[in-house]
Amino acid sequence: MKNKLTTLMAVLFAFSAQAQEAAIANETTASVMRSNGKIYVVVAVVLTILFGLIAYVIRLDRKITKLEKEA
Amino acid sequence: MQFNWLKISAIVLLVYAVVGGLLLPVPELSQLGETIRNLYYHVCMWFAMMILYTISIIHSIKYLRNGKIEHDIKAVSYAGTGTYMGLLGYATGAIWASYTWADPNNPAYASFGSIMREPKLIGAATALLIYGAYFILRSSIADLDQRARVSAVYNIFSYAMLFPSIWIIPRLLPSLHPGQEGNPALNFNDIDARMRMVFYPAVLGWTFMGVWITTIIIRYKLLTEKKWTNNEK
Repeated sequence: MKNKLTTLMAVLFAFSAQAQEAAIANETTASVMRSNGKIYVVVAVVLTILFGLIAYVIRLDRKITKLEKEA
Repeated sequence: MQFNWLKISAIVLLVYAVVGGLLLPVPELSQLGETIRNLYYHVCMWFAMMILYTISIIHSIKYLRNGKIEHDIKAVSYAGTGTYMGLLGYATGAIWASYTWADPNNPAYASFGSIMREPKLIGAATALLIYGAYFILRSSIADLDQRARVSAVYNIFSYAMLFPSIWIIPRLLPSLHPGQEGNPALNFNDIDARMRMVFYPAVLGWTFMGVWITTIIIRYKLLTEKKWTNNEK
């Protein structure tokens, strides 16, 4: 179940990346993300990784708390 | 799980370190360019390592004073996270150096191999290897109390070795790495005020993150320990 969910997420992300490429080709949706040498894209990427890592640590913390309650 | 001040400030400060670290203005230096922003990430790894090692040695001393096994568990966990952050600091430093120090026009620093012979890098590698020996020493002793005692004493030795290897010797030798004449990044005269606004929160953020991860490891090890003692009864 979990693996399927991960695969679905990966596919969705791939699609959204394609959609962005199309938008760049059109050059209609000029936004903050495309200003200033596109540094905000880097910020978004690094923040995504950081939030992913934090979510992972929180999940570990929760699991350990559960184990401590059982013990 | 409880969200205490440590976890919340770790998250908030790290988000600030990433957003502020990438977007806020920095001084323009010809050799470094935008890579000066690595100060918020690479240098913080070493600061966090140093703080985690300090917590580790405090627990080692506590263990030697009262002989409670939980202090040994805490000491080894903090030393483990500290070493991990040190390895990350070393790896990020290698990336940073290869794009700022390496100079094709200067034969002495033309290749990656020649810049990695820096006294500061050798010193840092020595310090990390000494801590590596700490973990090997631990795993080679089967008896629990003996392992805890011997490794606590060795931990004090390896902490003492940090000072010559990463603080003193690199300062006596010529080096490309900054920090020859004092405390790099801590000296108020050599770090730009704009950078200090991000650097200090970043140090705290990475350190808190390291402590948070370590507390999870400690709780896991204490649980395992409890299980073992329950099984013996």
